[in-house]
Amino acid sequence: MDITTQKPAAPPTPGPAAPADKRAARGATRPGDRIFLALSRGSGIFVLVLMAAIAAFLAYRASIAISEDEANFFTTFEWNPSGIPPEFGIAVLAFGTVVSSIIAMVIAVPISVGIALFITHYAPRRLGGLIAYVIDLLAAVPSIVYGLWGALVLVPHMDGLYGWLDDYFGWTGILEWNGGAPRSLFTVGILLALMILPIITNVSREVFRQVPRMHEEAALALGATRWEVIRMSVLPFGRSGVISASMLGLGRALGETMAVAMVLSPSFDISASLLDPGGGTFAQNIASKFNEATEMGRDALIASGLVLFVITLLVNGAARLIIARRKEYSGANA
Amino acid sequence: MSNATLSPQRSSLRGATLPKWFAWAVAAGSVVLGLGISAAAGLGSSIQWALIAAILFVVGSYGISAKVEGRRQAKDRTATSLVWVAFLLAVIPLASLIWETVKRGIKVLDGYFLTHSMGVVADTEPGGGIYHAILGTLEQVGLATLISVPIGVLTAIYLVEYGRGRLAKAVTFFVDVMTGIPSIVAGLFILSLWILILGMGYSGFAGSMALSILMIPVVVRSTEEMLKLVPNELREASLALGVPKWRTILKVVLPTSLGGITTGVMLAIARITGETAPVLLLVWVTNFINSNPFSDPQASLPMYIYLQYANSGGSGAAYDRAWAAALTLIAFIMILNLVARGIARWKAPKTGR
Repeated sequence: MDITTQKPAAPPTPGPAAPADKRAARGATRPGDRIFLALSRGSGIFVLVLMAAIAAFLAYRASIAISEDEANFFTTFEWNPSGIPPEFGIAVLAFGTVVSSIIAMVIAVPISVGIALFITHYAPRRLGGLIAYVIDLLAAVPSIVYGLWGALVLVPHMDGLYGWLDDYFGWTGILEWNGGAPRSLFTVGILLALMILPIITNVSREVFRQVPRMHEEAALALGATRWEVIRMSVLPFGRSGVISASMLGLGRALGETMAVAMVLSPSFDISASLLDPGGGTFAQNIASKFNEATEMGRDALIASGLVLFVITLLVNGAARLIIARRKEYSGANA
Repeated sequence: MSNATLSPQRSSLRGATLPKWFAWAVAAGSVVLGLGISAAAGLGSSIQWALIAAILFVVGSYGISAKVEGRRQAKDRTATSLVWVAFLLAVIPLASLIWETVKRGIKVLDGYFLTHSMGVVADTEPGGGIYHAILGTLEQVGLATLISVPIGVLTAIYLVEYGRGRLAKAVTFFVDVMTGIPSIVAGLFILSLWILILGMGYSGFAGSMALSILMIPVVVRSTEEMLKLVPNELREASLALGVPKWRTILKVVLPTSLGGITTGVMLAIARITGETAPVLLLVWVTNFINSNPFSDPQASLPMYIYLQYANSGGSGAAYDRAWAAALTLIAFIMILNLVARGIARWKAPKTGR
């Protein structure tokens, strides 16, 4: 960057008196500056307006639907918005969304932390760098491809695991398998876990990498084993980072649409066993029902979308607040 | 007990350690034992013997190591093996994802496939291609980029160069929160505003608007990071010469960080290219070539994959096309990613680290 070429382009303005200095430094006096500031501030304000507009328009259409709804919007196990009278509720969707996300988190968080530790503390440096790079790239694989893989490769391979779970844990009731196609919330949870694994790994890795070298060396000098170093200096330092990484992953799992829609065989009832096909999630329901929805049906779907929006807003906001409390790293590359 | 280390005089400062091949020996032993036990008990599933072997390995190495090296070393070994297990557990399905896509996608992916539309080809028959979908995706993503790059870059400039106080804080926070908006919600917003309230029809442009909602926060965040890397000395040098601030930003700050901003924009493009949900709600899909993104449904690669999967009726031809389109999509995104990272490395500001 050669900035000397700039010199002749802008002769100093003739008489900026001393009192005007402060304002000039903040760049709001010259017309060019004023326009530019207005443009960039305008963009910032536009982002805020956009967020407000998303909430407002969704709420507006949702209120139309909910006022027509003859059943309780939160507790009804049915989705029949174009019926007479229209009856629909989000109980099944809320259940399915929460259950599949919990399964995804239970699987993905420990594994992601393990991989992040593997990359930063166990693998040889070259290998660690390579794995980190590959996992970065995997974060970019679109959800539709995960969906295709899930539906055509993962589902046929789930039979063995289902049978095994049924053999040994069937007595619990929640892991009982009746031989149906393994297109259940459990499979969805596994697929979601795979999809959020890269993002949780990436953020955790960044945090683990920033553990002060001195902490680790101090622990090593005291004769700690590698595991003790991790337990005493790395994990405590990285805890809040891992929590916020998990919540970012949770946000993605909650809003995942196409992969769920392609793998799940949806229905509007809740079954006790996780291995039974059926159930649904907010996003999946919107994608599957949108095609044949009437005007009323679309508003009802928007109402369920509003609930999803609020939930993800809360989860992401909480994650960001945890990150913001510690300024040492940023989630920018997440 | 000291038979593990047979050094003539044992240093009193070091405890007994097991040799390097110990872990491999235990692993081999537990695989053999696992296979033996499951053969004896008549268990057929490969998950079962693998699980038995894994448990034997963890317990065995813990037990032996606890006896020879002490509990702390044993715990360390257990942690190491768990970390390896985590890594392997994740690598297997992710490698399978890439492998299957390449293996099944390469079958019908050729010049004909890339240059023809689905026009009059029935979903269950072989033939046809993805030309219309590539065209649609490029147009929709291009429009979304045109909308979001100016807004995103200007917002980032505001945050870095001007932003102080409450407004900047609010913008930062909401940009962060916006990163997490599910794509389907962005789609629903444009649906309610553009189609339900303003009464417009399906079009590529409607999809672009939803995609730009997803793209803006990514562009803002990456541009912000890049602008922050520009050394203050450059700004001060320019301002000291009497250059107005806006020209300083346009002629000094932005060119310095251009490489990084380009990288960020390309990564953002890669992210939205694969989005399906908003396209499903707003653009819908067609089997014919529609090169006008401002009216009528348009095809796109993600929707094409979904449609081939959903309407296949179990036909192999449709699945083949879906895989081939998936491979094209992944290849496009990966190339964008690699080029973006290449630019980032090549243009990286020399600030150490």
